[in-house]
Amino acid sequence: MKRREFLKKTAVFISGASVSLSALELVDPKEVLAKNPDLRWGFLVNTYKCVGCGMCVKACKIENEIPWDANVTRTWVERYVITKEGKVLADSPKGARDGFTSKLIDRAAEGKELVPDKEIAQAFFVPKLCNHCTLPACVQVCPVGATYSTKDGVVLVDRKWCIGCGYCIMGCPYGVRFFHPVVHTADKCTFCYHRISKGGNTACAQACPFGARRIGNLRDPNDPVAKAVLTERVGILRDEYGTKPNVYYIGLNKEVH
Amino acid sequence: MVEQVAQMVVHGEAWTIKDLFVLPNEYVYWSIQIVLYPYMTGLVAGAFVLSSLYHVFGVEKLKEIARFALVFSFALLPVAMMPLLLHLQQPFRGIHVMMTPHFTSAISAFGIVFLTYACIVASEIWFVYRKFIVESIDRLENKQRRGIESLLLLVYKVISLGARDISPEALESDHKAVKFLAGLGIPVACFLHGYAGFIFGSVKANALWMTPLMPVIFICSAVVSGIALCILCYAIFMWLRRWALKRGKTFFLPEQVAGTMEITDSQLRDMQDYETKMTSKYLLIFMTLAITLELLDIIFRGYTAVKSWDILREVIYEHDFVKIFVLQYGIGNALPFLMLLLPGLTTRRACVASVLVLFGVLMMRWNVVIGGQAFSLSFAGFMHYHLPIIPHDIETFKEGMGGALLVAATPFVIFYFLNMIFPAFYAEDEAH
Repeated sequence: MKRREFLKKTAVFISGASVSLSALELVDPKEVLAKNPDLRWGFLVNTYKCVGCGMCVKACKIENEIPWDANVTRTWVERYVITKEGKVLADSPKGARDGFTSKLIDRAAEGKELVPDKEIAQAFFVPKLCNHCTLPACVQVCPVGATYSTKDGVVLVDRKWCIGCGYCIMGCPYGVRFFHPVVHTADKCTFCYHRISKGGNTACAQACPFGARRIGNLRDPNDPVAKAVLTERVGILRDEYGTKPNVYYIGLNKEVH
Repeated sequence: MVEQVAQMVVHGEAWTIKDLFVLPNEYVYWSIQIVLYPYMTGLVAGAFVLSSLYHVFGVEKLKEIARFALVFSFALLPVAMMPLLLHLQQPFRGIHVMMTPHFTSAISAFGIVFLTYACIVASEIWFVYRKFIVESIDRLENKQRRGIESLLLLVYKVISLGARDISPEALESDHKAVKFLAGLGIPVACFLHGYAGFIFGSVKANALWMTPLMPVIFICSAVVSGIALCILCYAIFMWLRRWALKRGKTFFLPEQVAGTMEITDSQLRDMQDYETKMTSKYLLIFMTLAITLELLDIIFRGYTAVKSWDILREVIYEHDFVKIFVLQYGIGNALPFLMLLLPGLTTRRACVASVLVLFGVLMMRWNVVIGGQAFSLSFAGFMHYHLPIIPHDIETFKEGMGGALLVAATPFVIFYFLNMIFPAFYAEDEAH
């Protein structure tokens, strides 16, 4: 066989073989399981039950060792006051760590503002935390893979690998991320992974005196959270970003996003 | 106690002032260093594109400045990385970007693109200067060496990599290599910078940043700033050289140390005038392109007026009005544009215009990076950034005026030494 012919035949063989081989797919059992695991953590917030006491924020700060006086927090509660004229005022002083004990609304640099009771059309509280998105923007943008999704749907940060570039903080549409003032890496809510993975409850849900917060398995049809998500009228935050959040809200207003 | 209090200050808190309803964790996390990062990469890319105009497209008029632009681009290159390291919360882990790149992230490509580009520029310089290196070795070997000359000889011997052939055929292939590398360098330089634009443009959570125009806008303004910096520095260095020539201060005239070139003051002045004027024309072309794209972006946002426009309008037309329309478009774009267009352009006027252009591009980076963080994700509050001028800890130094000046000064220090080895103003008849 001449060299030219040999090369020709080799090329034909390789291209033919690669077409047929590409039809084969190597299946990793772990991958199949990950696509359809029987556990997917989700969170349900009932805004009707929240009174803005801030117990959840306190509990979270203590449980997760977020410095008490640092102006960052893994979870927070927002207060919304909507006047009869349709003006929306919102605040969350210190993430509502100390609860909403005053009627004065914190307008940051503008000072405090008081809306007289008779002018208020409605007022309510909305707890916020990491949405543990199915398609998390933070995981997508992390340049070193230090932030990742677990198989059971929790987004975590590897404190030993994070370079502290802040891209995930910029990428999160919900503003749940911050730099930990002691560790100096990106930080956020973990759904108290160290507790829930051992059968426990999250610190915030446990501390809530009114049951406004609840963690559950969205894949278990008998789970109260999964049931509520299926049967009640729930909403999610900022669906326009396509991140598919897993924190569901009962009683979500259009003013909240 | 002091230690504890210091720890409680969250990153970003020192320079952020919140107004109205801002989420608890929101601060201006990306500060002055991230303003400088696209600015510096832009200068690198722009300077390289300028040098390529001569090397690839054979724009003879830019011959003298092209060589300078190439060496200067190489001096700027390491500095493009500096702001990133100064900004990282864990600077010693910066290498992780190379070790475990996570390819869905725009930043992960940094190491690869940056190194590729560095290799291209380094090898192009090598081919451009190879003849000079070999000649310098021959000359230095055959004479009584004094002080620095022995060191210089050693440096030249190492960087010649043993390739001492300067026959016409060898030089011809050098020339081909330069052309190829300069050609390859243009898309890579554009990619290096366009991708810096992509880092911002792809952040879907940020209403101001998210636009596919961002990389293109960044590339155009990069070329503008790169050319402006080259005009300015070229003119300044020529002035310096003329000053040095009159006084016989050879440390500013490395090719005189090398003894390969005889120059006179009037020659230098003619060269300076001619090159700055010619380059100014190219500056005008790229400025038109950059301004058009930036205005298109604002007009498009106003016209489509999606949900975020309410808050963006407030940022653009109220909070940042002076920074955007007076400093960036007025003083940084319109004014130098007119200065360059008016007939009878002098080197001095071109230099003043270049300073304004550089300022305008810096303001553009500022308005994108800081402006993008000037409003809250709640769309109901604002954040004001105050650049720390007098540092009171390492963080306010790194991400304050001190760090910014450090980044701005470093390329000139590098260039001073680089110019000793590769004389950027060295002219020869060979077409490289």
